[in-house]
Amino acid sequence: MAELADGPRPQGEERGRAGWAGWCRCRRCSSSRCLLQSAQGAAARRRAGPPPARDAPTRGSARPAPPLRTRVALLDIDICGPSIPRMMGLDGEQVHQSGSGWSPVYVEENLGVMSVGFLLSSPDDAVIWRGPKKNGLIKQFLRDVDWGEVDYLIIDTPPGTSDEHLSIVQYLGAAHVAGAVIVTTPQEVSLQDVRKEINFCHKVKLPIIGVVENMSGFICPKCKNESQIFPPTTGGAEKMCQNLNVSLLGKVPLDPQIGKSCDKGQSFLSEAPDSPATSSYRNIIQRIQEYCDQRNFQEEKIIYERNKNVVHV
Amino acid sequence: MEEVARERSNLAGVRHILLVLSGKGGVGKSTISTELALSLRHSGKKVGILDVDLCGPSIPRMFRVQDNSVHQCDSGWVPVFVDQDKSISLMSIGFLLENPDDAVVWRGPKKNALIKQFVADVAWGDLDFLIVDTPPGTSDEHISTVEALRPYQLLGAILVTTPQAVSVGDVRRELTFCKKMNLRVLGIVENMSGFVCPHCSECTNIFSKGGGEELAKHAGVPFLGCVPLDPQLSQSLEEGRDFIQEFPKSSAFPALAHIAQQILDGTSQQSS
Repeated sequence: MAELADGPRPQGEERGRAGWAGWCRCRRCSSSRCLLQSAQGAAARRRAGPPPARDAPTRGSARPAPPLRTRVALLDIDICGPSIPRMMGLDGEQVHQSGSGWSPVYVEENLGVMSVGFLLSSPDDAVIWRGPKKNGLIKQFLRDVDWGEVDYLIIDTPPGTSDEHLSIVQYLGAAHVAGAVIVTTPQEVSLQDVRKEINFCHKVKLPIIGVVENMSGFICPKCKNESQIFPPTTGGAEKMCQNLNVSLLGKVPLDPQIGKSCDKGQSFLSEAPDSPATSSYRNIIQRIQEYCDQRNFQEEKIIYERNKNVVHV
Repeated sequence: MEEVARERSNLAGVRHILLVLSGKGGVGKSTISTELALSLRHSGKKVGILDVDLCGPSIPRMFRVQDNSVHQCDSGWVPVFVDQDKSISLMSIGFLLENPDDAVVWRGPKKNALIKQFVADVAWGDLDFLIVDTPPGTSDEHISTVEALRPYQLLGAILVTTPQAVSVGDVRRELTFCKKMNLRVLGIVENMSGFVCPHCSECTNIFSKGGGEELAKHAGVPFLGCVPLDPQLSQSLEEGRDFIQEFPKSSAFPALAHIAQQILDGTSQQSS
């Protein structure tokens, strides 16, 4: 159908009354969560989303056990423009229901995805919804999707500072949101919206993990000269981050292979391991992981100190 | 009654209204809106741009008038003119913010109310074209804008995409939106379509190629053309300069001129 009238429904048995076990369905609350968003350039933001999830490095363990892979969940709350299914090679997949809720669609054993894209029956279906209906679906995603145990829940958002953003921050209020990664291109026209996004984060008390400057220069495959297709006329993300005291996580150059991989639903990092963009991505992923680990460590320290002072009678 | 209301409205003097839409963000809607306005001005037309991207208003900066503010007159709000000739006028929430970095953190109803005000209360005067620049998507802003403009001279919509399947995938949904809302599709523009290296002239399809043209064929709508990536275009937008005037030799110029010509041809066909 061309329009979702009553709202999407996953396949399978009718939804049981699972109730509210807090706000989420994780059996163990994720130790870290990242909120991925940007003010401008959805295409830029999409490309920055999947690689960390799909290509997270093998997680080592202090105990003598086989190394475990990082478990990642990717939630796409761009209700009107859900690109994640295609980029993850999951076009045409559908959501199934079980007694414990909606099952995410798995790319790999350690990478599950949820998107309204899986609930649409045709690639031409438009989700022509006003804010309240979008908010309702976002709530359902958070409440009814059975992610299982995950290390990271990454949430891809549409551009802007509106219903989806307010709702996701509100609904995640009680959870351990590590923070936001904000994606921009080098131009002022993008930065001016990103400054608004940064202000939004401050307003809603959402920590900012840092900013990624995407589409940062292009190296001609023939003559190897660099061109600034989106020129940083006002100093790019670097200057903005300095002025606003926010971390610059990294700069990702343009690489035609990125777009191709996204269109084919393949992992760019696997397809082009030697690309300069790949090393940029990997560095950014590492910085995000370090930030989250540091934050976890600090939170655990606070809990430990608190427990130390409790007197048991 | 409706006829009388239309005659007295602030849009009575506007001959044609066209929307610039995309399902996807970052494809260059505001760029295309700006360049279309400049092209039409160079053809001797009077043009207005209504920027209904309330969370990310880009239009003021593209004309270097981001520090201007909006004044009132008897008929309502006076749009901001970009030059002495008053050939291009703008309205955007960007002019209403005290601080340009202020985030507009509004839910749908508040956005809808401002859009209604923009449509009803801006004293555009006589315009040949009113271009409405929209945010990406098919939500509050789009529904409200189309509904508010329906009683007026709504020519149709231009859809902007980049060549990639990921972008085209969202623009397909935008086509469905247009169909559902009975909004005529004037055509599809494939933006960021190829990059010619200024050092060696090698052309690289950074964001793939052909997706927009294929979509137009598949959907049975006109294909308005491919606009290549051009750092000179990006630079001129950053600095609020007239790209059409300053860079007529640029690779993007013929494409943009052709798109404007097709719009003009379409409107003159309509009149005859």
